[in-house]
Amino acid sequence: MIVTKNHIVQWLLKAADLFEEQQDFLTDLDREIGDADHGLNMNRGFRKVKDKLPSVADADIGNILKTTGMTLLSSIGGASGPLNSSFFIRGATSVMAKEQLNLEELTQMLQNGLEGIVQRGKAESGDKTMVDTWFGIINSLAKHQQSTMQVALDAALVEANLAMKSTIPMQARKGRASYLGERSIGHQDPGATSAFLLFSALRDSILE
Amino acid sequence: MKKIINHVDNVVKELLEGVAIAHPALQVNLDPMYIVRRDKKGPKVALISGGGSGHEPMHGGFVGMGMLDGACPGQMFTSPTPDQMYECAKQADSGEGVLFLVKNYTGDILNFDIAVELLHADGIKVQASIIDDDVAVKDSLYTAGRRGVATTVLAEKILGAATEEGYSLDKISQLAKRVANRGRSIGVALSACTVPAAGKPSFELKDNEIEFGVGIHGEPGIERRTFIDGDSMTTEMVSELLDNKPYQRTVHQWDNELGQWNDDTWTSEALESGDKVIVLINNLGSTPQSELYVVYRKVAELLGKQGITIERNLIGTYCTALDMQGVSITLLKVDDEMLSLYDMPVNTPALRWGC
Repeated sequence: MIVTKNHIVQWLLKAADLFEEQQDFLTDLDREIGDADHGLNMNRGFRKVKDKLPSVADADIGNILKTTGMTLLSSIGGASGPLNSSFFIRGATSVMAKEQLNLEELTQMLQNGLEGIVQRGKAESGDKTMVDTWFGIINSLAKHQQSTMQVALDAALVEANLAMKSTIPMQARKGRASYLGERSIGHQDPGATSAFLLFSALRDSILE
Repeated sequence: MKKIINHVDNVVKELLEGVAIAHPALQVNLDPMYIVRRDKKGPKVALISGGGSGHEPMHGGFVGMGMLDGACPGQMFTSPTPDQMYECAKQADSGEGVLFLVKNYTGDILNFDIAVELLHADGIKVQASIIDDDVAVKDSLYTAGRRGVATTVLAEKILGAATEEGYSLDKISQLAKRVANRGRSIGVALSACTVPAAGKPSFELKDNEIEFGVGIHGEPGIERRTFIDGDSMTTEMVSELLDNKPYQRTVHQWDNELGQWNDDTWTSEALESGDKVIVLINNLGSTPQSELYVVYRKVAELLGKQGITIERNLIGTYCTALDMQGVSITLLKVDDEMLSLYDMPVNTPALRWGC
């Protein structure tokens, strides 16, 4: 199975719908250990992406992702803006001029995206951030390179869910939640959760 | 929830429209959002700050002669975006470079970093300097570091005067580092603020509780303590400020020659007997001025006992967290140069003297 440009467009549309649906859930998570705006910000950013997509309908996958990153950069704000933006802009680098992706290319794209997040935000695995979820996803995909697209993406979604949940017992060391010290323990990280939602939208749009 | 707003999505836009009508000396741009002085003087370094909205009068209220050349307001409690900072800087730059004054929050740092990189690509000399004065945050190793709070107001005043005096970008950057290493703040909340879009308070406090070491957003402080009376609370705050050991952290600075970030180690300076300070007693949103004076009375007494001289004081509403009931105390250790810059004329919507 091959990921087409249409899958990528559907991914972004689905993500926009998902962030609208889950806006209050994300904001409530952020109220526990942050400043109660993560859902609002992600929804605002992806609404802008949705508006922008028709103008890049003829572009290749790399340019669609780059435009998505630039749009998020100027509309989300906070830490989520530059980090999600880096994910898409860096993810775009290896898929420029491509109209379709195999599993290896898709994995490389996500891997580059993760590297973009890490380079900008300097978070490591275990800091209770979106990096935890993306690490789980990339590790799982790397292990399933010989599998079918369906098996690889399903396994990665399971891993993404576990990785998101693994942030609950962690003490935050990055971002606003880190100010709470031990009081951040016991809460699921909002950024790790929005990363899970973003990946689940990708999986669904490819497999459904 | 009762709030004097129309629609939650329009709060920041309508606030800026109000500012534009009220202060014709300011040029207010709505897309992207930024505020700059109309009477752009130059050539001089342009001083620009920005951050989430909800801290008014900071930063937009401090744009004008002797203080900021520009301000970039984000959404409520959300950092502004690089396109705002970039456009604002392009407007304010008069050829001598741009200094961004950034409060130390992950979001603000990341967005200003990108703006620095964009301006550098355009050949504009630029630096970003942080303020991280909140002593409630103890370490920088396992947190995002100390938060930037009310020292920012004093920094904007002092650095703004330095730009008018013709300081170079390098000299102002050194001064900004000195201010950052000499300012310390602590905040206490008696009740939480309500972010318009959330519609309910960020946390609940009982009648006898205070949130000690609170920042300027919705997040709780470092510890929930029992409230006894004004003097007890003020004494706890002052001892937190004075007990504070030198604080070391890694700060990155832009290298304009090589076009890259370099790490630098900053260490805050000690505050000792014989030192001179500016004291800022700041209303976090809905504390009466009378209570601020009750706090100042005790602060003056306690600092006097420590042999610390209060050279100037500023008591009022400068750096807020929407409608949070509470107060922050800032001590900025000053030398003659900083003090004379502080005393220079300033003409902004929220701070005005000597003109």
